[in-house]
Amino acid sequence: MSETSLRSAFFTVLKRDLTLAYRTRTEMFNPLLFFIIVISLFPLAVSPDPKVLQSLAPGVIWVAALLATLLSLDSMFRSDFDDGALEQMLLSVHPVSVIVLGKVLAHWMVTGIPLLVLSPLLAVLMHMPTDSIPALMITLALGGPILSLVGAIGVALTVGLRRGGVLLSLLILPLYIPVLIFAANAVSNAAAGLPIAGQLYFLGALLALALTLAPIATAAALRISLR
Amino acid sequence: MWLWFHKLGSPKYFYDLSGKFLPWFGWLTLILMLVGTYWGLVLAPADYQQGDSYRIIYVHVPAAWMSLFVYMVMATAGAVGLIWKMKMADVVASCSAPLGAAFTFLALITGSLWGKPMWGTYWVWDARLTSELILLFLYLGFMGLEAAIDDKRTAANACAVLALVGVVNIPIIHYSVEWWNTLHQGSTVARMDKPAMDTNMLIPLLLMWLGFMFYYGTTLFMRARNEVLHRERDTTWVKDMVTES
Repeated sequence: MSETSLRSAFFTVLKRDLTLAYRTRTEMFNPLLFFIIVISLFPLAVSPDPKVLQSLAPGVIWVAALLATLLSLDSMFRSDFDDGALEQMLLSVHPVSVIVLGKVLAHWMVTGIPLLVLSPLLAVLMHMPTDSIPALMITLALGGPILSLVGAIGVALTVGLRRGGVLLSLLILPLYIPVLIFAANAVSNAAAGLPIAGQLYFLGALLALALTLAPIATAAALRISLR
Repeated sequence: MWLWFHKLGSPKYFYDLSGKFLPWFGWLTLILMLVGTYWGLVLAPADYQQGDSYRIIYVHVPAAWMSLFVYMVMATAGAVGLIWKMKMADVVASCSAPLGAAFTFLALITGSLWGKPMWGTYWVWDARLTSELILLFLYLGFMGLEAAIDDKRTAANACAVLALVGVVNIPIIHYSVEWWNTLHQGSTVARMDKPAMDTNMLIPLLLMWLGFMFYYGTTLFMRARNEVLHRERDTTWVKDMVTES
């Protein structure tokens, strides 16, 4: 183990998690289906009027993406915790934060990217103007990794608990609020033809902050949960 | 200094010391709050625009300040507990959470009561109000996590991590909602030049704030002493104390 480099440890974890996700493909689709169903509820519940949907769309798509991510988070450490693999990872010679980063990246590739790919379709369903669709995709590309990174802290804190699901949402949703505000605001501005660079810079700054600090916090939380 | 710091980490020393401070804190709370209330409600002049209804600030503003202060105490205590593994820091953090949540709730309630006659609505999605509401959620999440973990030591550490993550998030939330939407008035007290407030209104406000601080100290000590006795119930000094009395 000591002979593997940091880089190869990172990629081993990434590859392993992606393989595991590929072997249980059906589970992968559940958050996506949830994302689509939640969004399709709004035209039915609020109003099918294109004008109303258009004004709701950025917020609704973002809230749905946020909830879909939240649902998928539990799988990040759950099976590894149950079969003891997580303990082995903590015992490895490499920094836990790097291993965590590999797992988070795998999680984002499995849930974040499909959401990103699906989002233009849903934007069309919600009658969003075509000009704002690139903005939606950029915000999802910048914001999605933040959701996975910050979510990992919450999962790491609750992984040892029997019923951590509801608690997880209570812990994580307040932390998601800045991302939601900037992202939904950027998409609305794009729809209104206003500049969105400011919001995107902020999302980028939040991403840089989450990328550097969240793995450390997650590693600390995992050590506490597994004591 | 370090010796004192280490001594404070011992539950017995804390119990004895807080027992000596407690009556002083209690009386100071009572006096400051009585003087502040009388000065604020009776002696201070009415506002030229808002009339008497501005007087709610004597509860609202100290409560809002305290809600942030208690969070910082909680997070600092959490960090101390994580770094130096001090038992007392865990106790302080866990006892502060419900108090902080109460201050936050009080600030929200008094603010919305004032908002109805002044803004014509109980609630607006304004920057201050939203970030205060999220602060309440952070406190509740902290308490929820603490209640969910059986082992006290693990619970304290997990909550400390959560509180520290929350500290990073608080300024972000505050500024994000501020740029997003705002109605709440700006600061009138903590300014670089002189406060934009009549001295006769300002003094009772500061008295009330001190009263709130000592109230927090008093209740924190009371809760912490209870918690210490509960956690240390198997040690000899607690047993000795119980048999003596």
